[in-house]
Parts: sequence; structure tokens; C-alpha cells
Amino acid sequence: MTDHAATFIAILSTVVVVTPLVAVFIYLVYRGASSLSLDFFTQVPKPVGVAGGGMANAIVGSAILLGLGSLIGVPMGIAGGIFLAEFGRGTKLANAIRFTADVLNGVPSIVMGIAIYSLVVVPQGHFSAFSGGVALGVMMIPTVCRTTEEMLLMVPNAVREAALALGVPNWRSVLSITVKTASPGIITGCMLAFARVAGETAPLIFTAFGNVGRSMRLDEPIAALPLQIWIYAQSPYDEWHRLAWAGALVLIVLIVLAVSLVRYVTSRGVMKGAS
Amino acid sequence: MGVGIEVSNLNAWYGTNHSLQDINLNMPGNHATALIGPSGCGKSTFVRCLNRMHETNPIARVTGSVLIGGLDIYADAKPVEIRRRVGMVFQRPNPFPTMSIYDNVAAGLKLNGYSNHRVLDDIVEKSLRNSALWDEVKDDLKKKSGASLSGGQQQRLCIARALAVDPEVLLMDEPASALDPVSTSKIEDLIFQLKTQYTIVIVTHNMQQAARVAENTGFFLNGRMVEYDTTHKIFTNPSDKRTEDYITGRFG
Repeated sequence: MTDHAATFIAILSTVVVVTPLVAVFIYLVYRGASSLSLDFFTQVPKPVGVAGGGMANAIVGSAILLGLGSLIGVPMGIAGGIFLAEFGRGTKLANAIRFTADVLNGVPSIVMGIAIYSLVVVPQGHFSAFSGGVALGVMMIPTVCRTTEEMLLMVPNAVREAALALGVPNWRSVLSITVKTASPGIITGCMLAFARVAGETAPLIFTAFGNVGRSMRLDEPIAALPLQIWIYAQSPYDEWHRLAWAGALVLIVLIVLAVSLVRYVTSRGVMKGAS
Repeated sequence: MGVGIEVSNLNAWYGTNHSLQDINLNMPGNHATALIGPSGCGKSTFVRCLNRMHETNPIARVTGSVLIGGLDIYADAKPVEIRRRVGMVFQRPNPFPTMSIYDNVAAGLKLNGYSNHRVLDDIVEKSLRNSALWDEVKDDLKKKSGASLSGGQQQRLCIARALAVDPEVLLMDEPASALDPVSTSKIEDLIFQLKTQYTIVIVTHNMQQAARVAENTGFFLNGRMVEYDTTHKIFTNPSDKRTEDYITGRFG
């Protein structure tokens, strides 16, 4: 009886957790799918009153911003996590870094945008894709760093000892054995951070700024899907509202595609043990 | 070839815990030496001092000298060099979980920058043959993960991994205590063959195992070595009362 009750509660909880996700997705398809066309993926936004137009520039812009963000956030986060778990364990510096990462994780994204605005945009003198990438990258660091640390700490000490006992230098053992053993979890952490910043609008308002043209330059303002959705959703025009729904649908699908692709590519070459 | 090990005045600490006290011991090359004693007597700490694994624990400390084949491992060599000459097999099989069988065996060489595939292939085969695992895994070398093998096979895989770096000494810290009787007897057979090529130091809880595989046996108690002699003498006519009490099962 209690087993049945526990199973029931577990299933109920799963349903409760999955329902909002499915509901959001269904609603997005319902509101957005009808506005999707080839134009949506090939055209840039048209002026108000002109029919058609798309978000090609925003899709490319988001890809560039997220690529740049990942280039900054993933290596720094992983390196930080490796330091916390393997080299700095128990040191004051490690405790300080861990505390900073946790605080950084809790900083509202709009604050991050303003911080990057004053650190990068103001000195440069103009909004830019580069500053947007930096903002997203910095936001990724704490999540990547802390999950990397947690995943490395889950690697059994016996695995580290096995490598050391073969006469492998410690740094090599950490990089080639411990990190590799923890890599599925570390990749999950990176994907989590990626998916989280992919939908961020606030840090881009003061940095990437948005662009109705097809700019792909790092030193110029650039369009981004969340920004474009935000602008369209706020507008008073029905046509733009429909495009905003379509944009949200595309954003979610692209995130899922990107995460699945990375998972597929990185899962090859890593053996899965039976134990 | 196996080389002799000479230990003099070895002391080891974990923090303030003086876990090994004034150990003096000569272990001949190409022989198996068994170390017996109750849990916590320091026998595991002792073997970890023979390949400088003890010091990977930040609170650990060692004094005294250990000569392996005449080389003073604490004065004249770096830990990584010592560990290549002195292989180790642990109590629980610990294959690298994300690696294939092949990569597990080749790990020690690959991670030290060795990459000639033909030579690696030969070494992997030779090591797996020496650990009596070749016939069971030769068709799955690169297909199966080391962690997918059974416990006994994993332990022989770990032995192959240790042999692949061509050590002179093989330390075995209760290598069969987590295994079933059939796997245990395979490991014991293996020790018999391996001691023609390597010097073997085996820590064991199991006194019959010591009697079966080792020429010499040392009895440890409370961080000290009480008695060290031929296995035959230890088990039939020990000179110390405590050794006799232990092997007759009065404690431990």
C-alpha cells in the first residue's frame, strides 16, 4: 500500500513538473506556428505596416552572442570548477571563489547588463555584439563552475588513486582521467548554463542593444531573438505580436536542438560503464 | 625483473596518528611477500609507503628509507618515477569507468605521452595475457568499457593496467577481498605466475591466502612489525606469542 502511495506521489509530481513545460510549448505552437514561413528565417524585420518580414538577423545574432558567451563562460567556468575541486580544495582562495560564484549566480541579469555596460560599452563608446557576448559569458561562469566542481567531487577517489599509482603526474590525471570521468555531468552543467542565458533579454538591452539590420560584426549592435521578441511583444501591432510568438517558438526549438546536438556529439567517445 | 626492497626505520603518520613505527624489513626480489595483521594495523599504510602513494594524502608524513633495487625512493627519485617502477593493485577494482578495456590497459603509457599504436597493441595484449584476461576480452577490447566487466575481471584488468607500464614491483592491497572465491583463486594463480617476473608484496586479511601464495610473511600489529620470517615458519612455529595468537585466531 505504501509502495503504491509512493509511486502515485512520484508520478503525480512528474506530471505537475512536466505540465507547465508541455503547456507552454503547446501554447507557443498554437500562437506561433501560423506565423512561421520561409520568410521568417530569411528576412529581416519590416517597418510597421509592411506585411511579412522575419527574424533571420535575430537568429544569427543569438547564435553569435551565445557562441561568444560560451567561448568565455565554458572554459572559465570549467577551469574554475577544476580549481575548486582538484587543486584548491580547502584553501581560502577556493572558498572565496566558491562564495563569489554563488553570489554571482544570484545577481539579477539586468544588473549584470548594467555592469557590463559600464565595464565594456562605456569604455568602447558604443553598444556591441562583443559586450553582449561578454554579459552572457559572465552569467554562464558560476553555473558551469559550480556544476563542474560538484561533478568532479562525485568522481570516486579510487579513480584518482588508480591514475596516480600508474606514475601519471597529478595535472595529467586531473585533466585526462578525473575530468573525463565527470564529463557527462560537466556537459550537462554547460548546457544548463547555455539554455539559461539563451533566453536572457535583460543583460542584452544595455549591451548587444538590438539591430534591425543584418549586422554580424562584433563591434556593432546586434539583433538577438529574446530582444526582438521583447520589442515585438511590447508593440501595439497585432502583426508584431504574432511574430513575437513565432520568435519564442523558434527560440525554444533552437535551444532544444543545440542542446541535443552537443549531447550527441560529446556522448560519442565516452564509454558508459555498466556499474 | 623483480628487484629487492629494503626498508629501514620507516615511520609514517596521518596527522598526529603515528601509524607506522620503526619498520625494518628486507623483501627479496622475484618473491611474493605477504603482510598480515588485523584491520588498522598499518599494513596498507606500509605498502602505500613503498610507492609514495601515502603522501598523496595532504596530512600524511613519512621518515626513514626505502631502497627498491638499490634506489632510495625518498631521496633520489620523484614520486611519478617511483610509481612507474612500483605498480599497485587496490582492494576494490578501480578501472577507469569511461575508458574501453584497451584504453584502461594502455592508460599508464598513453598518459605518459606514449603513442606508437603498434607497440601499444603489443603491450596491451601481453599485459592482458599476463593477467589471464586476454581470452575473455580479446574480442571486445575497444568495444566494451572496463567497468562493464565482472568484479573479478575488473581486478585482473587492473593488474594488466599495472603490468603495462612494466614495473619491477607489484603491490597488492587486499586484491581479492572484494571478490568471490572463484575470482580469488584466479588472482592467486596469477600471483604465482607473476612472481617469476616481478617482486610482489601482497597485503591480505586472509591467512590461508598468505600461506598459499607467499614465500615470506610479515605480521603487523598496532603500527609495528611484530615478526617477519618464511611463511612456513610464521604459520607453523612463530617466535612471537602475539603472532601465534593471531594466526590461531585468538584475536583479529
